[in-house]
Parts: sequence; C-alpha cells; structure tokens
Amino acid sequence: MKISREEVIHVADLARLDVDKELIDKFAVQLGTILEYVDTLENVDTKGVRPTSHAISMTNAFREDEEKELSNRESALANAPEKADGNFIVPKVVG
Amino acid sequence: MRILDLKNIAASGIIKFLLKYRIKGLAGMKLYELTIQEAHRLLRKKEISSQDLTRAILDRINAVDEAVGAYITVDGETAMTQAQMADKAILEGRMTPLTGIPVALKDLICTKGLRTTCGSKILENFIPPYDATVVKKLRKEHAVVVGKLNMDEFAMGSSTENSGFKLTHNPWDLTRIPGGSSGGSAAAVAADMCIGALGSDTGGSIRQPASHCGVVGLKPTYGRVSRFGLVAFASSLDQIGPITKNVTDSAILMNTISGYDASDSTSVPEDVPDYTSFLEKGLKGMTVGIPKEYTATQGLDPDVFQAVKDAVKKIEDLGAQCIDISLPHTEYVVAVYYVIAPSEASSNLARYDGVKYGYRDKDKAYLMDMYKSTRSKGFGLEVQRRILLGTYSLSAGYYNAYYGKASQVRTLIIEDFKKAFNTCDVILSPVAPSPAFKIGEMSDDPLTMYLSDIFTISANLAGIPGISVPCGFSSEGLPVGLQIMARHFEEGKLFKVAYNFEQATDFHMKKPKLELTELKKL
Repeated sequence: MKISREEVIHVADLARLDVDKELIDKFAVQLGTILEYVDTLENVDTKGVRPTSHAISMTNAFREDEEKELSNRESALANAPEKADGNFIVPKVVG
Repeated sequence: MRILDLKNIAASGIIKFLLKYRIKGLAGMKLYELTIQEAHRLLRKKEISSQDLTRAILDRINAVDEAVGAYITVDGETAMTQAQMADKAILEGRMTPLTGIPVALKDLICTKGLRTTCGSKILENFIPPYDATVVKKLRKEHAVVVGKLNMDEFAMGSSTENSGFKLTHNPWDLTRIPGGSSGGSAAAVAADMCIGALGSDTGGSIRQPASHCGVVGLKPTYGRVSRFGLVAFASSLDQIGPITKNVTDSAILMNTISGYDASDSTSVPEDVPDYTSFLEKGLKGMTVGIPKEYTATQGLDPDVFQAVKDAVKKIEDLGAQCIDISLPHTEYVVAVYYVIAPSEASSNLARYDGVKYGYRDKDKAYLMDMYKSTRSKGFGLEVQRRILLGTYSLSAGYYNAYYGKASQVRTLIIEDFKKAFNTCDVILSPVAPSPAFKIGEMSDDPLTMYLSDIFTISANLAGIPGISVPCGFSSEGLPVGLQIMARHFEEGKLFKVAYNFEQATDFHMKKPKLELTELKKL
C-alpha cells in the first residue's frame, strides 16, 4: 500500500486531527489511490524547471508601516468560544 | 375651490389609471425572472421599486427553495431595509447598474453581522466583524444582499454534497447535483431565487456549477478581484467571480467587483476597463484555439462532445477563425492540482483551532486534545482528507517529490498556455466531461470526482480567466456549458466571444420547470 496506517496516524498528528480508528484504514486506502495517481508526475521531465508558487508575475507588495485600527478588541473577541477580560481563554497547555 | 377639487379628482383619476396600467403592464411579468440589465431599466424608469423586486425574490425563495436547497441563510428583513434605502437612492438620482438589485453570496464571502459558515459546522455560528471588499463594493452601489448560498465545505468538492448543512438540488432535475463548490449560487440563479450571485473558483467551482445549471459563470484572472474577506481555501488559486443569467449581467457585476485593493496584496493594480464595452457584435479577426488533448479526454460524454462541437462551429460561423492547438501537459493538471490545492488548504485551515472563533470541543481539559478534537468534530470527511493529503505532501521527506514536483509541472502547464496564446486569442473547451450526475452517485469515490475537474483546473493553475456559457442540452434535458479561456486580464475577449455566441443562440433563455404543483409532489 502507498501509505500505511502508521503514516496516516503520523500525518493526522501533524495536522492536529484526531481521526477515528475506523476511518484510518479508509483514509489510508483513499489517500493511497490519490497519491498513486499523483505519482504519474514522475513521468514529466522537470530538470531545470523553476517551480511556480504564484501564477501572476508580481514583485513584493510593500506598504508604509503605519499604525491603524482595523477592528476593535470587542469585535475581534466577539466570536471567541471562551473569553475573559478582553482575552481569549484556552484550556491548560501543559498537564 | 371647486375647480381645484376637480383638478384633484382629475389628478387622482390619472394616478388610478396609471396604477391600473402599471399593474396590468406588469401582471404577466414575473419580477424574479428579470436579469440585472432588465431590472435596472425598470427601476430607472420607476416602473418597479427595489422593494417590489426584493419582495418577489423573497416570495420565490419561499416557494421553491425547500425543494432546491440553495440558501443556507436568508436575511429577508435586512434585505427589505436595504431595498428601501436603494429606492431612496434611486429617487434621489443616485443610481448605478446594481442599485436595488437583489443578489446573493456564496457563504464563504464575509458579510458583517450576517452569519458566514463556509458550509462547515466549524463555522456554523461565525458572524464576521467586517465585510469582504466585494461586499463593500456591492453595498456602496446599494445592491440588496438577500442571503448566503450553500456550498461544499470550504469549497472542497464538485457537487455541493460536502456541505455540512444540506444538499442542493439541480433545478433542472432535482435528483441531480447542481455542481460545486458554488452549487448554491448556480442553483439560486437558475431557479430565479436571486437576480445575480457571487461564487468563488479554486479549480472550477464557479464554471462547473454554472455549466450544470445552465447559467453564466466567470472565473476572473487571479488578482483581478480582491480576495479580502473571502475565506481562504488555496490562496494561489482562489478567485471570486459572478454567476448570472446572461453574459451582459456578468460584465455588469465585474465592473463593480474588479480592481486593486490595498487589503489584498495579491490583487493587481491594473486598470479595469468597462467590461460592457466588449459586448458588441462580430467576431471577425478573432482566432480561437481548440486543444487537441481535450477532445481526446477519456470519459467525455457524447452529448457534451456534440454540444461543444456545435458551439465551435457556431463561433466559426460568426466570423472567428478556428485553429487546432496543443496543451501537452493536460494529462497532468489534475495530479498537480490535487497536490498544490490541498497543500495550501492544509496551511490555511490551521487557523480553525477552537480558540479565536468557531466551534470548540469544550470537553477537553488540555489544549492539544482540544485542538484535535475540535478539528475532527468540526471538519467533514472531505476537508479532513484534503488536510491529510496536503500535510503529507508538505511533510519532511515528501516535500520535493510532491509539492516541489507539482510546482515545477505547474510552470510547464503555464508555458503550454503562453505558447498556445501566441497563436490564438481565446481557447474553447468543455467545462465538465459530463452533465450533472445523480446525487450520491460519486460521493464515495474521491479520485473519480477529482478527475471531473480536468477542463477547469488549468485556468486556476495558470491564473488565467475562464467563463462558462450555456451551449446546449443533453438528451436528458440537462444543461451543457462551453468554456472560453483567455490571457491574463483579457476578460474582455471572453465577454466578446461569449456575448456573440449567446446572441446567436437561445440556450440561455430556457428555464428549468419548477412548477409549484410538481414541487409539492416531492
């Protein structure tokens, strides 16, 4: 198989996903099929070809580093699942 | 005094007569069927008000959306208030082509104070604190935002079946998918539940549903329309664009939404022409290229093949010169896309962590457990599959073989187009290899679903514009679309060819039969 159970578990950990046990095998098969298809790219000679990350040729878009208010603290926090005293609240970081 | 009374009576008589005439004149007209251009004309002549039109749209949604399922959120009350403001603007002579026109937005375009879900449970209750730039531009012209439209979760899908909320049905055949990921947008326009809509296109998500629903969908050049306030899927591929009842309306919407925006550093400071100025008759001097690889594509439906072949003939009859061209790397576009798009998505979707907004699994005592549980419960399976695929492609040991290699082949795909456009002005092709399939038919087979994006993906990888226009019907009566692509920032050429084709055919005039009695039977 192109991608093993263990690899799916490892990648899920990197991606901060908690994949159900029953789903791991299914994902391994599906991802394997897709990756095997992607492997057809090996047939393309790309020696010396520059990679493209952006299709429109652009130079850096600089702007002045000026302070301005985009949104206030209240509206930035409005959608937070948990908040207190103008801050986001998260569960314990270390146990 | 008596004379004055008579005058009053006479005046009221005239008003009564006018009212009667007006009602009679509009009696046979279904306001919700109007195009942007037609509605604008009636609004300008004050034969209808934006409130009349908005009410007609809201009534239409009430009548048919239970069966179609295009909307996630309808905001009728705010829409009527906006319509009232639009009517005031019209009375005061402050009017643009979009003033008072009811439009709807794919639910990944942020609307201040109006829930924006991205079709995902993870954003089920997200209320944006700001408007996307395109929404600001629509509001500035007093367009009326009616509501938010269904989509595949985070725009990942070709059928809208991956929505975290509901299915959308194709108005032409309710047992079939509307296409995706902007399936709600295309279905709403086809079923007259808005006058025009905005969608987004990362690999065909505007053009393919437009094709399946028999409407016009444009993916503009990358950087033509600001992405500020568009929830990101794959940032080097995403573009917002219009879905409309005809080509003229597409040009009208593009005039409003295009242009540089300081809030999106990838938007391009290039002048925006008046796109309606390209809507003129005659294709003499225009060269159109037909890629030989596209007609050789496996699994191309014979009805689609025939409709596109007839369309090419028609465009030749209208004065264009047709030539054969080659895009040699066509067989690799799906593989390149399904490395690059999931890679970018895996990075973009890292922000959904249950901290700043969206769903959080509150049962977890530790941060890392909360992250993982929140994301696995909040994201649907297709989104998780693509995050895994992208994370794998970018991970140590695989980066060069997958992301690196795909980015190099992307360069070769772009070079194919550059060479082709040395010999032709526009390229013609099918939009999707087959008409809309049945709901559920492909939902457990991701790769087959991905392969159906073959004709649309290249434009996103190359950053070029592409439009889908209705070009026929399958033997089962399902719409088929023709794709036209051009060089960067040459949307004008797309409009010219599409407009000439549309004026010479009547496919865009046909409407799906959504009779209320039929709907009740379902």
